[in-house]
Amino acid sequence: MRTTPIYGIMAEFDTPTDLVEAARKTSEAGYKKIDAYSPFPVEELAEAIGFHRNGVPLVVLIGGLLGGLSGYLMQYWISAISYPINVGGKPLQSWPAFIVVTFEMTILFAGIAAVFGMLALNGLPMPYHPVFNVPRFAFATKDRFFLIIFSSDAQYDPAGTRRFLEGLNPRSISEVPS
Amino acid sequence: MDDNTQSSMNRRQAPVIEPGHTFATVTDKISSIVLTRPATTGWFIGFGITFLVTMMLLYAIGYLFLRGVGIWGVTIPIGWGFAIVNFVWWIGIGHAGTLISAILLLLRQSWRNSINRFAEAMTLFAVAAAGIFPLIHVGRPWLDYWLFPYPNTMGVWPQFRSPLVWDVFAVSTYFTISLLFWFIGLIPDLATLRDRSENRWARMIYGILAMGWRGSARHWHRYETAYLLLAGLATPLVLSVHTVVSFDFAVGIVPGWHTTIFPPYFVAGAIYSGFAMVLMLAIPIRKIYGLEGFITERHLDNSAKVMLATGLIVAYGYLIEAFMGWYGGNRYDVFLMWNRLHGPYAFFYHLLWVCNIITPQVLWIRKLRNNPAFLFLISGIILTGMWLERFIIVVVSLHRDFLTSSFGMYYPTRWDWMTFIGTIGMFLCAMFLFVRLLPMISIFEMRTLLPEAEVKAE
Repeated sequence: MRTTPIYGIMAEFDTPTDLVEAARKTSEAGYKKIDAYSPFPVEELAEAIGFHRNGVPLVVLIGGLLGGLSGYLMQYWISAISYPINVGGKPLQSWPAFIVVTFEMTILFAGIAAVFGMLALNGLPMPYHPVFNVPRFAFATKDRFFLIIFSSDAQYDPAGTRRFLEGLNPRSISEVPS
Repeated sequence: MDDNTQSSMNRRQAPVIEPGHTFATVTDKISSIVLTRPATTGWFIGFGITFLVTMMLLYAIGYLFLRGVGIWGVTIPIGWGFAIVNFVWWIGIGHAGTLISAILLLLRQSWRNSINRFAEAMTLFAVAAAGIFPLIHVGRPWLDYWLFPYPNTMGVWPQFRSPLVWDVFAVSTYFTISLLFWFIGLIPDLATLRDRSENRWARMIYGILAMGWRGSARHWHRYETAYLLLAGLATPLVLSVHTVVSFDFAVGIVPGWHTTIFPPYFVAGAIYSGFAMVLMLAIPIRKIYGLEGFITERHLDNSAKVMLATGLIVAYGYLIEAFMGWYGGNRYDVFLMWNRLHGPYAFFYHLLWVCNIITPQVLWIRKLRNNPAFLFLISGIILTGMWLERFIIVVVSLHRDFLTSSFGMYYPTRWDWMTFIGTIGMFLCAMFLFVRLLPMISIFEMRTLLPEAEVKAE
């Protein structure tokens, strides 16, 4: 046999319930570097693999603050400093008139931060990833559920980890070449 | 989801998704429309006609650029005419998509999962059609970029106290956020198409667009957070857009425009016409592509109820306008109401009441709400009515304002009609392409509606 480096061992399940249960057991067995794949969001799954918080809300907050501030300051600078127009002595810093654009800029920046922040934190776009080497993984976007234990995990040992996954009653098990 | 099945049984309503579907059948059914179903003659005929109408739009715009806005019917005192009527009509239609995807998501109306994707696509095409009008109406369209604040050697800036500048920001933000919302929703489905496609080119293109999505639990976690936050951001946004459009009128002092009821009444009207357009598209699409199992009578019924509710808010707006004209006692407002009822455009004002207020009351009858052909007809009547509403607001208010010496009449020319019909062609042409190239129903959100998607506690 060729000795290609192994990225991890992957087990396939039929239902989200099976996957969540397997992920929970894997975590409890002390495996840290694991991941699970499902064709739709499964709320309990992130919890089961020990992923509780993500950075998206903070990114969105920063984006929104940045958008709102830059929106207001831009209008203030333009209307009161760079290009003041005196209309019957009315105040140049006429904040009620600036609210609409400030609001729209807040939403625009926060929305862009949400989408691109999510993609960046997820490391996407990523054209190549070792899990795509497994032919059955094509069903991860249809109706199958996968659990992987990465070879970088401290507890990983080729034979033992495979035996552990077999104990979880998966539909199939495959090695993921990196 | 359990609540849904239960309540639908209690009220003897149609289910959100036909029983008997699994993850695999949902995936295959929706993706096969894009991947394996051959394009029929009917599709080619429909696409061909709408494509030709789009070419007519380009011809009309090309001639406009050559000769100027004088080829249209706009004159003083009616400087706004068809361009602004159509702009407001289209942007109103564009409200249903984001309402369905964002507001109904926050309200946990899971039935929205089968109609949000194509409603969002409809929104994008409608906003694109809307955006054309102000840009070509400015007279010197090659200077449209002056609308944006950019450092320039002339040392001038846009006037941020003008509703017209607010509108630029509102509409461009709305388009951008709608596009992002639509695209983020598409990513997991593009990955499904990438993995299902037999064709090398299709696999490559869907693969590039899916950006390597693999459905990791960590990714889903961030994805769900981002999607929810985006929905929370889009909710006030969708309400703000037509509010800002109504400011274009309400901040002016013309009788019939200068009123505080405009923002809520415009937003309700926008949702009203948006749902009418959703139904006009959904009813033929579900029939042609055999999607009655996903877009069930429940969806038609709920959409009809939303139309009925927003239609009543619009009716309230009309009544208050008439009441305030009388109660305020301002002679110009009194004249405006008289002019609407008896002036040269009175026929259209009466037709507006028939289309928007009287006819839709039949939606109180459940039997009629569950009749697709009838709903299609009613939606068409509502869309006509909403177009007439904008015509009344723009033209009837402007044509007779304060001084009899500045009274005038507005007659659209064939170039006005060609541009208007052309945008309808462009909108439908884009829809024809969309249903063939992208999954028109969100596959991954449909999977979550299935009972087996629920994780059972041990």
